[in-house]
Amino acid sequence: MSTFVLLTITGLGLGAMYFLIASGLSLIYGLMGVLNFAHGAFITVGSYGTWWTSEHVFGGVHSTLLRFLLSALLGLAFGGIFAALVELVLIRPLYARHIEQVLVTVGLQLAFVALVTGIWGPDAKTFVVPVWLHATTDVGGAHIPNDRWIEIAAAAAVLALLQLFLRKTRYGLIIRAGVENRAMVQALGIDVRKAFTLVFAIGGIAAAIAGVLSGVYFNVVAPDQGTSLLIFAFIVVVIGGLGSIGGSALAAVVVGLTQQYTNYYGSAGVGDMIVVLLLALVLLARPRGFAGAVTGARA
Amino acid sequence: MRSRLVADWGWPLFVFVALAFVPKLNVSIPKLFDQPISSPGTLALLSACLLFGGLALTYDLQFGFTGLLSFGHALYIAVGVYLSNIAITDWHWSFWPSILFTMGVAFLLAAVLGSISLRVGGIAFAMVTLAFAQAGAVLALKDPHHWTHGEEGLGADYTKLPKAFVGILNTKNLYWLALAFCAVVFFVVRWAVDSSPGRLWQAIRENEQRVEVLGLRPRAYKLQSFVLSSTLAAAGGIVYMLLYNGSTLVVTQPNFTLMLLLMVVIGGAGSRWGAVLGGILYTYLNDRLIAIGSSSTVNDLPHALRTPIEQPLFLLGVIFILIVVFLPGGLAGLVVRGRTSGLRRIEAAVRPEVDAA
Repeated sequence: MSTFVLLTITGLGLGAMYFLIASGLSLIYGLMGVLNFAHGAFITVGSYGTWWTSEHVFGGVHSTLLRFLLSALLGLAFGGIFAALVELVLIRPLYARHIEQVLVTVGLQLAFVALVTGIWGPDAKTFVVPVWLHATTDVGGAHIPNDRWIEIAAAAAVLALLQLFLRKTRYGLIIRAGVENRAMVQALGIDVRKAFTLVFAIGGIAAAIAGVLSGVYFNVVAPDQGTSLLIFAFIVVVIGGLGSIGGSALAAVVVGLTQQYTNYYGSAGVGDMIVVLLLALVLLARPRGFAGAVTGARA
Repeated sequence: MRSRLVADWGWPLFVFVALAFVPKLNVSIPKLFDQPISSPGTLALLSACLLFGGLALTYDLQFGFTGLLSFGHALYIAVGVYLSNIAITDWHWSFWPSILFTMGVAFLLAAVLGSISLRVGGIAFAMVTLAFAQAGAVLALKDPHHWTHGEEGLGADYTKLPKAFVGILNTKNLYWLALAFCAVVFFVVRWAVDSSPGRLWQAIRENEQRVEVLGLRPRAYKLQSFVLSSTLAAAGGIVYMLLYNGSTLVVTQPNFTLMLLLMVVIGGAGSRWGAVLGGILYTYLNDRLIAIGSSSTVNDLPHALRTPIEQPLFLLGVIFILIVVFLPGGLAGLVVRGRTSGLRRIEAAVRPEVDAA
């Protein structure tokens, strides 16, 4: 029983990281039709930004908690700014040329990982975090590492904030309408491009959170850490239905839990295979993903 | 008609025959190669260039000619690299049955996974192929049956390989093998895209809905292109295994597919010469940039300047971005002016449905 609880919480923690990455991917795809490979770079900006500021800017701060929070905050800011710059400099000039936009993000991701490897070396860097994060809390007899709670809480907060933003604000309305039918939004005289930069910045911040949390989860940051997370986030986005935040959240939980359970109860690696199988099954049954009804209306 | 025959078959044949004499050249080209052309070191680099030229063209068949953006092409190359080696080294099969078995499996796998992935189009197709390739990568890494030897890689049992392909003295035979692979892919692609299904692949790339309106089923034709491209890729994987004396996890990684994508776009998507040239150039630069990066002139540079040069992928990635932005036809687009070329022609195939409607 205690193992089951541990697996469930860890699975939710993993799903939380997938969701943080997938939410941005899904919004960007839904609004702009761009599969953003550079999301891997945003994850790296978040994790390396936090690590670097923690070492070089806030090295003198005594409280590890304060040091971690301050540097993580800067890491998130870097993630958001970097993502917005990517949209302004690389994506915007290629407006309405989707294949070229996708390819540019692929090139950026490859070049960026190579650059980070070149500057800071291919080795993983240890990440200074408050001791409390690596202590455990007992739940139903299971020793749960505390960082899992933070991951779940962060994802839940991002989900709530995103929904609030999308439902209650003017820009949220424009984004939702744009996902539904971009041509109509433009026809009504609304400059939808500002929304593009905005979803990139939001996606960049969410991905940077995932970067910081993956640093906490694995205890280290490495240049290509984002890549494997990114692949499962892609799977989550497709299973959840492109462009749907709720679908992504549901799919992230399903994928995270499935991976944890099967990797433990089956042999190592089975979980990853099952997830791919799940993707194939979802595609065969509902080619548009869980949230198919929403996106289906667009065809 | 005759001039077309010469342009389509005559010139390529001439170039490939001329390239076959390269191992006989006992000359040095100082700046371009460290050693004389006929030395094993240079021949090995040239073999790799030709192999990747051929592999890039297999990718271009589905990407540039059919408009299928796959992020999982490496899976089929990896099947060629690993399965042939597993059959020979782990199962102690003899050479030719292993090759036939590998090709058969690659064909079936492409047919099955292709028909599943082609249920979705455009970007979703890209992600699904990526997921299948990732499953293959995990399988090769975790190695449940002790066949691939995970991160160690699997060295080929050279006693089972044809004698002509073993040993440093036979580097020239491997060169000819790589050249033959490149030439076979070139002529198969030439023949395929000119056949009547091949014309439909290109029609699907330009406007899938219109093909559907004609009463044809695009999915069946896309599957043909996908299976042909993947099977050729597996054949290239077998050549890879012979060239590198075994199998390593590099070929299973998602980045391996992305590298082929870079090659094709740099050379020119939807162009046979472009893709081959892109593969050759990329492989050559990747090799030479590492050599330059470790040279003494670069070591004296300040850290900030040295870093990008030491990372070939950084430079190649930047070149790639510049080509996508400023030269969507790739290098081939420089020659063929005046008509829409390269990426612009694939645009319709990956455009999201929102705009297509």
